[in-house]
Amino acid sequence: MKFSGFKVIKEALTGHKGWTPLWRDPEPQSAYDIIIVGGGGHGLATAFYLAKTFGQARIAVLEKGWLGSGNIGRNTTIIRSNYLLPGNEPFYEFSMKLWEKLEQETNFNSMVSQRGIINLIHTDAQRDAYRRRGNAMRFAGADSVLLSREELREKVPFLNYDNARFPIKGGLMQPRAGTARHDGVAWGYARGADMRGVDIIQNCEVTGFKIEAGKVLGVETSRGFIGAKKVGVAVAGSSSRVMSMAGMRLPIESHVLQAFVSEGLKPTIPGVITFGAGHFYISQSDKGGLVFGGDIDGYNSYAQRGNLPVIEDVLEGGMALMPMIGRARLLRGWGGVMDMSMDGSPIIDRTGIEGLYFNGGWCYGGFKATPASGYAFAHLLATDRPHDTARAYRLDRFAKGYVIDERGAGAQPNLH
Amino acid sequence: MTRLSGGLIDRNTSFSFTFDSKTYTGHEGDTLASALLANGVRLMGRSFKYHRPRGVVAAGSEEPNAMVELRSGARTEPNTRATVAELYDGLVAKSQNRIGSLAFDALGVNDYFAPFFAAGFYYKTFMWPRAFWEKLYEPMIRRAAGLGRLSMQADPDSYDKGFLHCDVLVIGAGAAGLAAALASARAGAQVILCDEDFRLGGRLMTESHRLDGAPATDWISSLEAEFETFPNLRIMRRTTVFGVYDHGIYGAVERVSDHAAEPGDKVRQTLWRITAKRAILAAGATERHIPFADNDRPGVMLGAAMRAYANRWAVAPTKSAKDPIAIFTNNDDGHRTALDLMSKNVPILGVIDSRENAPRFGDYDLFAGSMVTGTKGRLGLKEIEITNGGTASWHRCAALGVSGGWNPNVHLASHHRGRPVWDDTLLSFVPGADGPAGLIPAGACAGLGSTAKALADGAKAARTALSELGMKAPDIALPDAEDMPVSQADFWHVPGKKRAWVDFQNDVTVKDIVLAHKENMKPVEHLKRWTTLGMATDQGKTSNVSALAVMAELTGKSIPQTGTTIFRSPYTGVSLSVLGGGDTGVNFRPRRLTPTHTWAKSQGAEFVEVGQWMRAQYFPQAGETDWRESVDREAKAVRKDVGLCDVTTLGKVDVQGADAGEFLNRMYSNMMGTVAVGKVRYGLMLREDGFAYDDGTCARLGEDHYVVTTTTANAGLVYRNMEFARQCLWPELDVQLISTTDAWAQIAIAGPKSRLLLERVVDEFDLSNDAFPFMGCAKLTVCKGLRARLFRISFSGELAYEIAVPARYGNALMARLMELGSDLGVTPYGTEALGVLRIEKGHAAGAELNGQTTAKMLGLGRMVSVKKDSIGAVMSRREGLASDARRLVGLLPVGSTERLMAGSHLFAQGAAQTIETDQGWVTSACYSPHVGGYIGLGYLENGDTRMNEEIIAANPVEGSEMRLRVVPAHFVDPEGERLRD
Amino acid sequence: MLIPHPLLGLRDAQEFTYLGDANLMNRPDPNAPNAEAMFCDYVFLRDNPAGVHRELWYHEQGDRSWLVVTRNTVTHEILGAELASDVALAHREGSK
Repeated sequence: MKFSGFKVIKEALTGHKGWTPLWRDPEPQSAYDIIIVGGGGHGLATAFYLAKTFGQARIAVLEKGWLGSGNIGRNTTIIRSNYLLPGNEPFYEFSMKLWEKLEQETNFNSMVSQRGIINLIHTDAQRDAYRRRGNAMRFAGADSVLLSREELREKVPFLNYDNARFPIKGGLMQPRAGTARHDGVAWGYARGADMRGVDIIQNCEVTGFKIEAGKVLGVETSRGFIGAKKVGVAVAGSSSRVMSMAGMRLPIESHVLQAFVSEGLKPTIPGVITFGAGHFYISQSDKGGLVFGGDIDGYNSYAQRGNLPVIEDVLEGGMALMPMIGRARLLRGWGGVMDMSMDGSPIIDRTGIEGLYFNGGWCYGGFKATPASGYAFAHLLATDRPHDTARAYRLDRFAKGYVIDERGAGAQPNLH
Repeated sequence: MTRLSGGLIDRNTSFSFTFDSKTYTGHEGDTLASALLANGVRLMGRSFKYHRPRGVVAAGSEEPNAMVELRSGARTEPNTRATVAELYDGLVAKSQNRIGSLAFDALGVNDYFAPFFAAGFYYKTFMWPRAFWEKLYEPMIRRAAGLGRLSMQADPDSYDKGFLHCDVLVIGAGAAGLAAALASARAGAQVILCDEDFRLGGRLMTESHRLDGAPATDWISSLEAEFETFPNLRIMRRTTVFGVYDHGIYGAVERVSDHAAEPGDKVRQTLWRITAKRAILAAGATERHIPFADNDRPGVMLGAAMRAYANRWAVAPTKSAKDPIAIFTNNDDGHRTALDLMSKNVPILGVIDSRENAPRFGDYDLFAGSMVTGTKGRLGLKEIEITNGGTASWHRCAALGVSGGWNPNVHLASHHRGRPVWDDTLLSFVPGADGPAGLIPAGACAGLGSTAKALADGAKAARTALSELGMKAPDIALPDAEDMPVSQADFWHVPGKKRAWVDFQNDVTVKDIVLAHKENMKPVEHLKRWTTLGMATDQGKTSNVSALAVMAELTGKSIPQTGTTIFRSPYTGVSLSVLGGGDTGVNFRPRRLTPTHTWAKSQGAEFVEVGQWMRAQYFPQAGETDWRESVDREAKAVRKDVGLCDVTTLGKVDVQGADAGEFLNRMYSNMMGTVAVGKVRYGLMLREDGFAYDDGTCARLGEDHYVVTTTTANAGLVYRNMEFARQCLWPELDVQLISTTDAWAQIAIAGPKSRLLLERVVDEFDLSNDAFPFMGCAKLTVCKGLRARLFRISFSGELAYEIAVPARYGNALMARLMELGSDLGVTPYGTEALGVLRIEKGHAAGAELNGQTTAKMLGLGRMVSVKKDSIGAVMSRREGLASDARRLVGLLPVGSTERLMAGSHLFAQGAAQTIETDQGWVTSACYSPHVGGYIGLGYLENGDTRMNEEIIAANPVEGSEMRLRVVPAHFVDPEGERLRD
Repeated sequence: MLIPHPLLGLRDAQEFTYLGDANLMNRPDPNAPNAEAMFCDYVFLRDNPAGVHRELWYHEQGDRSWLVVTRNTVTHEILGAELASDVALAHREGSK
């Protein structure tokens, strides 16, 4: 079924009788060519591009819960390609270009909204660093604008410009950045993949890998053994647990990141604003909620919930930056498990086991990468060669010293 | 007026208030909702999507409909539930989410297009043409969405935060909570009793049940009197425990002055972090409604809420015999509403009970085996349709109380992701066994809803908590109370073709759930996300369980098989202001001031934030119009005469012990410990992953005594790492560490006349080049007996010293040096000139030591000793680090006087400028008064072999480009003669 | 969170800075023939268990001692805390 305004009107007039399931609930087959472990954003995108772009068939996505239940279901929905390092920026810009045509590709409105992101500048040194980054973005074909204080004030007049501990001196803006409706992304990819024959199998937990002579033969699941020629793992929040079943230790720690949404409000904040000095970033959803967050709690956790000090820290930043939000109320907070890699950048690579591929370590930046991650992982699975923009995301970069450390924080995941 | 007799309002105190600019009167003890109802106002809001007219549904914090903008101006508080807004004199409230008036909302047109706005419709359209999303569709949606409006002004009120500790925290002061608090307090435990309401009693206040044959308020009053006598009990009214965190920490907000027009000299609210050894969750239960056709009209309420308004606030939605009140229920409890209203002479149409064998409890018309199947009255209920079997009839009715059973408030019990469990008898979820450690649910919240059972369970929970804490619980006498069993039908919604609302605020109807099921959005999380069910301000308190029941019916599974519903904090909305606390504006973070801050301020210095520190940036003099003028003058003075700069912010770590030298050798990449006593050595520190981390100096003041310095930014981190190495890696070494950054004020005295100046303050100390050469250090006294440390080190490249005195003398020493050096042209300089001087000398700072660079890139590759181990040594040899060919170089503009911008990228001349051809970047740049033009430092691919090559600095983000010549990374005294002079 | 400091009793976790897996105390022998590989494992690879985790916390806003805290990463329950220097010294004794 093709979605369109016409279809919506037709169904409205005929009592919504013609809608059909967005995807099937197939029984697992005994074997597939390619199994994707993890029905989150990256896994579903991988399956979608495998089927659509790389002409692969006999693909299954195995999801232990409901599809889209991972970090794609809980995040602050920001999309951007404002990275500094050559290992990262082309990849994220590729992702941005995929975002820009996502809805036409999937025939599903994921509400990609390019209302811009602004990183605030407080010191001259920061301006220099953002100039370097803004230029790096330009050289990779992305857009960037260095805003003076006056230009910034025109765009976002409601910030605390006159009484700030960290005076606001300008900003680095990426106008093409913005947000997307996170669930809509998962559903768009899921529906698109399902339409192209991918079996999305929910409530199917992988409990082990069948590996013989260094080659993967399939996966053990809560619904029995399923054979596969290739297995791609994209299980943010469970990477270490899943890969340990294949005997691998990863350069990853799992941490909890909290995020928050306020009660609904009439339009207040146009795009995304990030306040690094105060550990705070914010946007406003189409529904009207202020969506904001800050730092990870800082300790290893699989609990999907955080603690009060970080909530206070985030709101202290928020109130320092924009004291006019104070009368709004926090509606809900949530915690997600972030697989923090040792250099803050992801991994999309083959493993030492033939036929087993890994995609993970997205820290808290995985959402914006969803299209490119899926595309690049599909490329790797289909061709056994890394996608051009994802060449740097090798697993051996740690051992060899080719880390991609945007923050220069070294091998301490809770500092990335 | 629809006031009744009795109630807990003070009729002697009247308050005047306005709603949508119309003035009304209420009483002390009223909420905004009860006062509006008393004035005959039923229409209070508009729904989110269809903008349907809405009235108050509940009497507590779960209210989904009656949301208002409270107060005005900068204190405007959107989305405030009228049901919990305590009335005060002069209260101002406005309805929200409307265009036009509340009665004639232009967006009400949405309701006529409702078929087009079915669940998930927006995912299926608005995709063409692509560019229209941001320009047309989305702005349209954003304008229509949202609820209340922010004033866009800074919150003018104050907020506070505090810590509390107790043995037993009791959450909720209803029957169970009061019993628990009484038992715990009598046992001598430290007890905190919190309730979101402004009065204690919970549902005891809203029911007509008697305790020991007397009104329940008598018992509450006697209890409050006894509570007064307990020094170990803290009662916190107007305090909502909103979240459960790890290890018994609870978040609570006390609304200190929200019941006043303005807080005056008080804070508005306080955030409490309560650490409790045990907590008793006595949060009660929330009544659920029964979806039926057009069940969202103003006047349709929860049955128990109607009862609460009558009993506690002495108000009924109507008193007209022509337009009576009806009750629609699937259980016995619904009948109580009819009885309570009748006892207050409120006319009753009857009780419509879905059960064929519905019992009768009083003298009212009973419609057994019947259902409400329709309503009329756009802005307020006028008629209802009652259907019994195939027979339907319309009846005049101004208000309908709906009772669909009770949902225990499991909210806090699921904050640690524990799942509530289904109770088939209660037909509701109750807290599971995997709730937060130390949290004991009691009373209605645990499924024990009769007054007698709640009282007993509260006391039992207290006994459990006390015995776990090793305390003896006294037996407390509980009053005689009702203990009526409540029979209830497994009946969840009235089938029908018209829209029947499940989630009022977000306009989710049974039809939407049917559509979600049809489209395979069956998992409860998909259902919620597809329909937005449970995502309104009440977070599904009034809708989730009913929706699960509808979905269960569609899938043919049981409710617990269909899913559970858990909650995340906060329990109710918490103002962002109180979470952010009082430390906003310039007080957002502490400021650290240098020892010479007062002096610098008196000299008119401009200050700049450097991490937490405020440092003097430059010292403008009369007649200087531009910061550059000041900075050039300061830098020149250092090169020509002598300058003074407070460098206290650089980290200082005192390292002592027999193994101190060995310890330092392991911490620094070069041989640090072998520096001779009385000497200073420059050192480089790597991270364990092999990248350059920090640099600094190491002065050996004695055989077993070293002082090392760090950069300002890394002062805390380096000290932490050193403690890690000392305690975790090499605990066998005899070494002790202490950070002395704040203990010593340190002033750089730099310039050719620095020795002359210094000679005037030292006490009999030979400063000659022979006696105290470059890289010397000593303990000495200055200014006739003030103990000091002197280091002959230079960041500027000039003859220079750094002198340290106990911090409290820093200000005085600075003043003295200025005074004594006036004839030498002594000039204070700030961080800007410091930066210019170090760039001229080619010293790395934060922009070069950014955590991504190697020792080799810095030109310090030889400082990584291969003769010994040190942190990072092994990893620095990895291929990627060893092969990085970028090198730190100096950069001089060619044929341009434009400003060279740090952050420009470097390219070979004539090369296309892309990420592939990128060869490096300008790390630091400044105007050099010494060179007479702009200079820069930068990392350049193979930079060490490209001296005198001309390259391009491209800065497209500011539209500039410049030719540069590659030069060695020092623009002043390349041989380093001056500093050795 | 509350950390049971072995010397100071229950302290708010906000007084501490977190580092990570206590295995970071076991720095490899830099002179071993495969030192570089051992260091790569040591610096970059983690067990990252969902369950009991021994981890390093630094009492930065307190007595500046490093602690080895045993904590469950799923429930956040803390099972114990020791002075890291005691643990390190005991490890030395044990390997002698």
